[in-house]
Amino acid sequence: MLQAVKSANPERGDEPWVGRSIERVEDAALLSGRGRFIDDLGVAPGTLHATILRSPHAHADILSIDAEAARRLPGVAAVLTGSDVKAVTTSLVVGVKAPVECWPIALDRVRYVGEPVAVVVATDRARAEDAAELINVEYRPRNAVVDPLGAITPGAPVLHDGFPGNLASDRAFRYGDPEKAFADSPHRFSIDIRYPRNSCTPIETYGVVASHDAGEDAYEVLANFQGPFSIHTVIARALKVPGNRLRLRTPPDSGGSFGVKQGVFPYIVLIAAAARVTGKPVKWIEDRLEHLTASVSATNRATTLSAAVAADGKILALDWDQVEDCGAHLRAPEPATLYRMHGNLTGAYDIGHVKVRNRVVVTNKTPTGLNRGFGGPQVYFALERLVQRIAIGLGLDPLDVIKRNLIDAGAFPYRTATGALLDSGNYQEAVARAVEQGRLAELKAKRDAARAQGRLYGIGFTAVVEPSVSNMGYITTVLTAAERRRAGPKNGAQATATVGLDPVGSVTVHVASVPQGQGHRTVLSQVVADVFGLQPRDIRVNTEIDTAKDAWSIASGNYASRFAAAVAGTAKLAAERVAGRLARIAASQLNVEAGDIVFAKGFVTSKHNPENRIAFSRVAALSHWSPGSLPDDAGQTIRETVFWTPPELTPPDDEDRINSSLCHGFIFDFCGVEIDPVTLETRIDRYVTMHDCGTILHPGMVNGQIRGGFTQALGAALFEEYAYAEDGSFLTGTLADYLLPTTTEVPEPEIFHMETPSPFTPLGAKGVGEGNCMSTPVCLANAVADALGVADITLPLVPARLAEIVRGAEPPPPAGGTTAAPVRKGDRRLSGEGQATVKGAPEQVWAMLLDPATLQSVIPGCQSVDKITDTHFRADVTLGIGPVTGRYRADVELFDLDPPRAVTLRGGATGALGFGSAEGRITLAPDGNGGTKLSYSYDAAIGGKVASIGGRLLDGATRVIIGQFFTALARKAGGGGAAGGGFSLFALLAKLAGLFGGRR
Amino acid sequence: MTRLKADSRHAVRFSLNGKPVEGEAEPRMLLSDFLRHQLGATGTHVGCEHGVCGACTVIVDGMLTRSCLTLAAQVDGCELRTVEGLAPSADRLGVLQQAFRRNHALQCGFCTAGILMSLDHYLAKNPAPTEAEIRDLLSGHICRCTGYTPIIKAALEAAAELTSAKKETSDA
Repeated sequence: MLQAVKSANPERGDEPWVGRSIERVEDAALLSGRGRFIDDLGVAPGTLHATILRSPHAHADILSIDAEAARRLPGVAAVLTGSDVKAVTTSLVVGVKAPVECWPIALDRVRYVGEPVAVVVATDRARAEDAAELINVEYRPRNAVVDPLGAITPGAPVLHDGFPGNLASDRAFRYGDPEKAFADSPHRFSIDIRYPRNSCTPIETYGVVASHDAGEDAYEVLANFQGPFSIHTVIARALKVPGNRLRLRTPPDSGGSFGVKQGVFPYIVLIAAAARVTGKPVKWIEDRLEHLTASVSATNRATTLSAAVAADGKILALDWDQVEDCGAHLRAPEPATLYRMHGNLTGAYDIGHVKVRNRVVVTNKTPTGLNRGFGGPQVYFALERLVQRIAIGLGLDPLDVIKRNLIDAGAFPYRTATGALLDSGNYQEAVARAVEQGRLAELKAKRDAARAQGRLYGIGFTAVVEPSVSNMGYITTVLTAAERRRAGPKNGAQATATVGLDPVGSVTVHVASVPQGQGHRTVLSQVVADVFGLQPRDIRVNTEIDTAKDAWSIASGNYASRFAAAVAGTAKLAAERVAGRLARIAASQLNVEAGDIVFAKGFVTSKHNPENRIAFSRVAALSHWSPGSLPDDAGQTIRETVFWTPPELTPPDDEDRINSSLCHGFIFDFCGVEIDPVTLETRIDRYVTMHDCGTILHPGMVNGQIRGGFTQALGAALFEEYAYAEDGSFLTGTLADYLLPTTTEVPEPEIFHMETPSPFTPLGAKGVGEGNCMSTPVCLANAVADALGVADITLPLVPARLAEIVRGAEPPPPAGGTTAAPVRKGDRRLSGEGQATVKGAPEQVWAMLLDPATLQSVIPGCQSVDKITDTHFRADVTLGIGPVTGRYRADVELFDLDPPRAVTLRGGATGALGFGSAEGRITLAPDGNGGTKLSYSYDAAIGGKVASIGGRLLDGATRVIIGQFFTALARKAGGGGAAGGGFSLFALLAKLAGLFGGRR
Repeated sequence: MTRLKADSRHAVRFSLNGKPVEGEAEPRMLLSDFLRHQLGATGTHVGCEHGVCGACTVIVDGMLTRSCLTLAAQVDGCELRTVEGLAPSADRLGVLQQAFRRNHALQCGFCTAGILMSLDHYLAKNPAPTEAEIRDLLSGHICRCTGYTPIIKAALEAAAELTSAKKETSDA
C-alpha cells in the first residue's frame, strides 16, 4: 500500500516554510550523477592507494610477517605492519579504566577475523592488492571465544590481560528500593534475551584520503566520517599531534551512515600513518567484504530482565542484568551502546525502582560502534518482550498492560528512576489515536478469523520512548562517582550554527551536522528563510566540515538524532541574532522602533506602516559597505556563530542518575503478521506506527526517516545477522549471505503523527530517525510469539529458526553419503569419503603421488611443489572459488606409510584468503584391470575470507577441483579417466583444505 | 576473438551517452572503475562489487548491466548509457528524476543511479507497469535509506506522466 506524502505547498504568502515538505535542494545533483561522494572527488597527483591485509584467524599470535616479495613488486611504496604503525602513533584511548591498548592494526596478535595485519601502499589499488597477496604471515592459532556469556566463563580464552576474564567493566546500580518492591510484589516475571549482531550497512563504504606535512608535523584528512567529533581528539592523540595539527574534513555527500561511519576512525589513523611513512597522500576505499567483516557492528547482548508486578499488571520494579559484547577491542566511544539508554531503562513506563548490573565483555569478533538505534533495540527487545510475557502470565491483554504502566500525561517533565528527564508527551492520547486511526479492532477481527481457519496469525504491540540529542557525559556513568570526580565533569552537547551575509546581502548557513542523506541543507534553508522573511532558495547551506576552519565541538556530527532538535534550532538562534541586529539597523533607516520591524517577502518592513520598508539585501549588505553609518549598538551583521547546549544535560549525579538524552519522542506500534505453516516465512500483514517527535519541520523527511528506520529494523528482525562460527570465523561476508530487505519484502508502514513540542529545544522538535529501529524488531517478535504461541523468540526470525522453535531441532541426515558433509551443527569441520579409479598399477600411482614434478603438473593451479623430506612437501597453489581467487601455501606431511597400499596425510594451508587444516587416509588397491582403485576419507576445517564469502559455493567447487585433479592424474598415468568424486594429496590438503568448509 | 595481454593496457573505445569516449585499461579493470576513474563518470556508484546491491547498474547495448561484474574491455565498441545521460539538459531533470525528487525517493542518493537506470530501461518497454511489477524489477537493488515505497511511487507516477506525454505527442 502506498501512502501519500504531503508534498510541497505552492507559495502562498505568509505561512512559514518550516512544516512544509518542500523539494530537497540536494536532489538535482544526486539524481543526475553529480553527487560528490568521497570516491567521486579527485586526488592530488601522485596520491598512493592503500589496501589492507587482514587476519583470517579470530585469535592467533603473529609469529612472523614476510613482506619482502610485496615490497619488491614494482609500484609498491611501502608495506606497513603493526610495528611500523606503532612507531608513528600511540594506542587509541580505551573507554574504561584498564591497562589495555587498542591499536588500529594488530601488533603481535590478532583478535578477530578481518583485523588489519598489514597496509600495502602502491601506485594503484590493483598493484597494492597484488602485493598484499605476496605477504606471508605465519600465525599460531589460539582458542577463540565468540559468545559473551562464554567469554566470562572461567577458563575461557582471554583476549587482553588487562581485562581479566574478558570483563572490561562490571557496574551495579540501584535506584529506589528494588529489593523491597520485589519482596512485596505478588508476581515476578523474568526473560532471557540474546540480541544478535547486525549493522545498518550503508551502501557507500568507508573512504579516507590522508596526507602529512612533515615540516609542520600536521595531518590533513578527508574521510566520510560522521562524528561525533569527540573522536577527533582520539585520532589526534593516536597520531601524536595536538588537535590543531589534525585537519579533518568531510566530503559534500556521504552515501548513508546510520552511525556506522563513526567506525572509520581507526582507518583514519592507519591511512594517516601510511601517508606519514610514505610522505605522499594516501587514499583508501573500503570494499564490501571488508565492510561486512570488519567495519563495525551493533553490539550483541545477553540480557536477563526481571519485573516485580502487581496483580493488575502494574510493574513496580525492574532488575536488569546486561552483558554487552563489544567485540575484540573496546573502541571509543564504547561502551556507549550500553549507557546511551541508561536514563531510559524504564521505557515509556512509570516504574519507581530499578536495579541494574552492566557488564561489558570482549570476544573474538569485530569491535562494535555506533549503529542506528544505538542501544535502544537491545533494551526494548527485553523490556517489551517482558511486557507481553507479563500480560500472558496474568491473563491480561498486552495493550492493557502497556496502558496501565504508561507515564501519566500530567507528569511531564518526568524524571525516570534512572535519571532521564522526559521533556514532554501524552502517551495515552498517542496510543488512543493509534488504536483508532490504525484500526486495531479490524486487525483483531482479522486475527480471529484467520485463527478460526487454523492459520498462524499474531498481533504485536510496542511502546517506546525514543531518546535524542545525547548528553556527552552519559558515558561517564560507566565510571564510579569517585572516578568521575577525579576525571572532572562531562556533560552537555554543544551544537553550532553560523549564519553569514555577503556583500550583496545573500545568506549562507554553515553547520557541523555532517548529513548522510537526511536533507539537512533543505531543512536549514526553511528554518533560516522563516527568520529573514526570505525563500528557501535564497539561503545557501553548507554542511561540509573542516575542523581547521569551521565552528565545531566534540558534540558535532550526525548521531543521536540530534539534527532537528539541536542543530536546526541553533541555526534558528543564529539567524535570529543576526535578524535582531538587522532590525536595529533597519529601524534607524526607517525611523521606527526596532520592535516595529518585521522580516517578510524579501523586505524589512515597519509593522505599522508596511509602505515603509527596505529590501532585505540592502540592509544585509550595509555591514560590508558602510559599517560607519550603522547604529553603534547594532554591531556587525556579517557573520554570527551560535553555540547552544541545553542546560538540562547535566553530568551523572552521585547516585548515578543520568539524563542521558535531551529529548524523548514517543512511539506506539502495533502490527499483524501471518506465518506460513509450511515454509514458516513471516509476512507482515499490516504495520502501524504512531510517532510523537515534537514539532515536525519537514513532514516528507520525517516520514522518510520513519520508513527508512522501519525497513532497517525489519531486516534486523527477519533476515540480518553477522554470523560467526564457534571458532570465530565470519560467515556472512557478502550481501548474498547478509540479507538486506528489498522491495519485495518491505511493506509500507501506516504512519501517524502527534505533535507535542519539546519545551527544551528552540524549534520544539525532537529526534525521529532511530525510533523504529528500537520499536519494530520487538513489535514483530511479539506478533510472531503471538502467532506461534511461544514464549522464547530470538532474532532474526528466519524460517529455519522458527522451525526449531515450532518443530524442534532438525534430525541428522541419513549416513552413507559420499560427499562432504558437516560433522555437526555449528562446526565448520567437513568430512567425506569416496573412491576413484586410475589407470596404472598401484606402485605406479603411488610413485606419482609422491613425486613433486608429477604433483605440480596435475594439481590445478599449482605453482610449485617442494619436497622438504621424503614425507614432507610444500606447495604453492592459486585457486578461485566463486568470487575469491587466492594463493595458498600448503604444508603436508605423510604418516603411516604402507607403500603402495595406504598413507595418511596431515597438513594445513594458509593464504591471504583463508586457511585450512585437514587429515586424510588414502588406500590404493588393484582394480583387477591393471588399474588402481583409490579410496579416501578426509576430515578438514576451513576459516578466513574464503569461509566468509565462498561458503555457499564450496561443496560444488570442491568436487570440480577434485575432478580436475583426477583428470590430470589419469592423463599423466596414461589415459583413462576418473569417475565420480576423487581424492588427492594436495587437492585434499593444499587446496581443498584451504577451500571447503564455511558452512553454517 | 581478441586475446589481451594480462599485464599491458589496451585501448577501450565506446559510446557513452551518445558521445565517443576512449581510455586505456588493463584486462582486469572493471567497467565500473573505468567509468569512474578513467572517464570521470562518477555518477555510477560501486556498493558491493559482487553484483548484489545494484548501485552500479548501467545500460550496455540496450541491456541492463552490472558494471562491477563487467570488464572494461568487454564493452569496447558498445553503446553505454549511464545516469549522466538521463537529464535532458544540465539544468533540467527528466520526468523520472523529477518524480524521484517530488516523492523524496532518495536520501543519500548513493544507490539512486542504478535504480534510475533500471527504471528508465524498464519504463521504455513497459509504459504501464503495476506496483507489483515495479517491486519485482527493483528487487535487484538495495536502498538502505528510503524503505523503497517512495521509489515505487515515483516510478508509477513517472510511468503515468510519460504515457500521457506520449499520448499528447501522438494526438498532436
